[in-house]
Amino acid sequence: MEAVNATEALVMAMEALRVNRLRSVLTMLGVIIGVLAVVILVAIGTGAKDEIERQISGLGTNIILVVPGRISLGAAPTQSKLGLADVAYVRRVVGDPSKVTVSLQSGETVRVGRTEVFVTVIGTDQNLVNIFERPVGKGRPLSETDVDTRRRVAVLGSEVADRLFGDLDPIGRQVTVAGARFRVVGVYATVGQTFGLSRDQEIHIPVTTAQRLLGIERINGLAVGASGPDEIDPLSDRVTAALRDRYPGEQFSAVTQTALLGTIGSVLGMLTGVLAAIAGISLLVGGVGVSNIMLVSVRERTREIGLRKALGARQRDILAQFLIEAVLLTTIGGLVGILLGVGGALAIEAFTEVPASITWWSIALAFGVSAAVGVFFGVAPARRAGRLDPVIALRAE
Amino acid sequence: MTAPAIEAVDLTRRYQLDGVAVEALRGVSLRIDQGEFTAIVGPSGSGKSTLMHLLGCLDRPSSGVLRINGVDIARLSDAALAELRNRTIGFVFQSFHLLARTTALDNVALPLVYRGLGRAERRARARAALESVGLGHRMDHRPSQMSGGEQQRVAIARALVGEPKVLLADEPTGNLDTANGAEVMAILDRLNAGGGVAVVLVTHEAEVAAHARRQVHVRDGLIERIHLRDGLAEDGAS
Repeated sequence: MEAVNATEALVMAMEALRVNRLRSVLTMLGVIIGVLAVVILVAIGTGAKDEIERQISGLGTNIILVVPGRISLGAAPTQSKLGLADVAYVRRVVGDPSKVTVSLQSGETVRVGRTEVFVTVIGTDQNLVNIFERPVGKGRPLSETDVDTRRRVAVLGSEVADRLFGDLDPIGRQVTVAGARFRVVGVYATVGQTFGLSRDQEIHIPVTTAQRLLGIERINGLAVGASGPDEIDPLSDRVTAALRDRYPGEQFSAVTQTALLGTIGSVLGMLTGVLAAIAGISLLVGGVGVSNIMLVSVRERTREIGLRKALGARQRDILAQFLIEAVLLTTIGGLVGILLGVGGALAIEAFTEVPASITWWSIALAFGVSAAVGVFFGVAPARRAGRLDPVIALRAE
Repeated sequence: MTAPAIEAVDLTRRYQLDGVAVEALRGVSLRIDQGEFTAIVGPSGSGKSTLMHLLGCLDRPSSGVLRINGVDIARLSDAALAELRNRTIGFVFQSFHLLARTTALDNVALPLVYRGLGRAERRARARAALESVGLGHRMDHRPSQMSGGEQQRVAIARALVGEPKVLLADEPTGNLDTANGAEVMAILDRLNAGGGVAVVLVTHEAEVAAHARRQVHVRDGLIERIHLRDGLAEDGAS
């Protein structure tokens, strides 16, 4: 005897699901929510990763940040012993003075008239704009003379300029930084955030002026620009080795974008994995629901199963019928979940601050898993149906 | 001489019910010839339903030999048994057993689904079967839209659509009023006379049993006597 053909079986299963519409939809809901959760959570995890990688690359390319102490995730920052003399030393080590810049940071209040904003004041030099690829929108960047002569001039981040001056042109106007008056010489172009800190909320002043203003001799760290990706590792080794020579017993760390991207990428990859696993659990719970409903369905349709057997259905025809129903429940649920998940992820991306980026592997995975869940959780009820004794089944109820 | 449609030799069937062995059949031998009309008669609990389930290959005997169309079913796998049911046996049940939300036409076509026939052929044959029981005008009705008599006629059409050798009818008039019951019996009579289908009727009503040429009386798991319509009696142990 020929097997029941596949289209036939599919039509039969669709019909059975249609007859029990409400129950089918409720059963699918478990799978829908599971798949939706997988797609959305993976999208958010991936979106966060993409966003952070974008921000890191936004810092500029081929930059080596040199800081005192040993850097590892979660370690407290070490007190800096580096000063401007060390910057000159590193410049000699690197060979090209324009490839080295410096940073001394402090949170300060900046005031214009009655308007006050709290900003990150960074003492730096004329090389920052080139190394960090920080374009100036208006006016000019800091100059070597500004640094050498300790001028009280400032270049504002675009957001600071907006908040202090509004529509006015800030160039040439006065701002009060930590009680001292500065003249605005430039405004940076808008660059956006890195790690939740807006770089448009910074004010850059000459590092020498900053040291006097804050009353300190040290600097926080320095940055070296490598001329190409291949130069990053040898150059950072050379710089840290030279600094260790100068300060025997001290540690210095070079942080590169590649290293940052690697570390953060693996942490966020793990996070995405955990999110996907949690969502996967809800998918599994949905599968248990399918199993449960299929068992109820087998019990309810015992007479039908008995009848089908009497009319010539084999065990495997009945098994296939119920298995197809289960798989249909989960795959339709899976497809709806994917549609809603993609829609949800797009909506999150469009209407919230949370970045979300849809990945095809998560959709394929969610669909594959939901089909597999149907098979896995459908087999037990379907086998039970297939093995029913027709005599007993026909007598049921 | 053609092989009998069904041949049973010394069938027994024991059940375990809550750990207690129940002997429903205790050695029944019976032969149903091609085209014969037989009634199996007996009070409830006599074993007549068990016998019918065995004759219809829904169940297997605990001992004894059962040959359907000359084939010993003891050697058949589940799939082969299912095929045998599909091709050789047609069932009519007391409670009709129609699929509730399915049209008369699709109900009748159901056995052919398991024979692997295409939709067009199934429908054509189902239509012919429905017309043969006088329900050509009820093709697209669902069971709930039909009277009990009509539902049983749909069930008969379903039993016939596969062109079986034997039609097994278990109390086919049990849920019907007199008029509908008479109509159903008339159809069975006609099928048996015209189509050469052997009919095995299980009933406890003497009036219904009287349609059969031969009445097999079952009691306590054994054949008590066999009664022929023309007045002769056969030996119970044939």
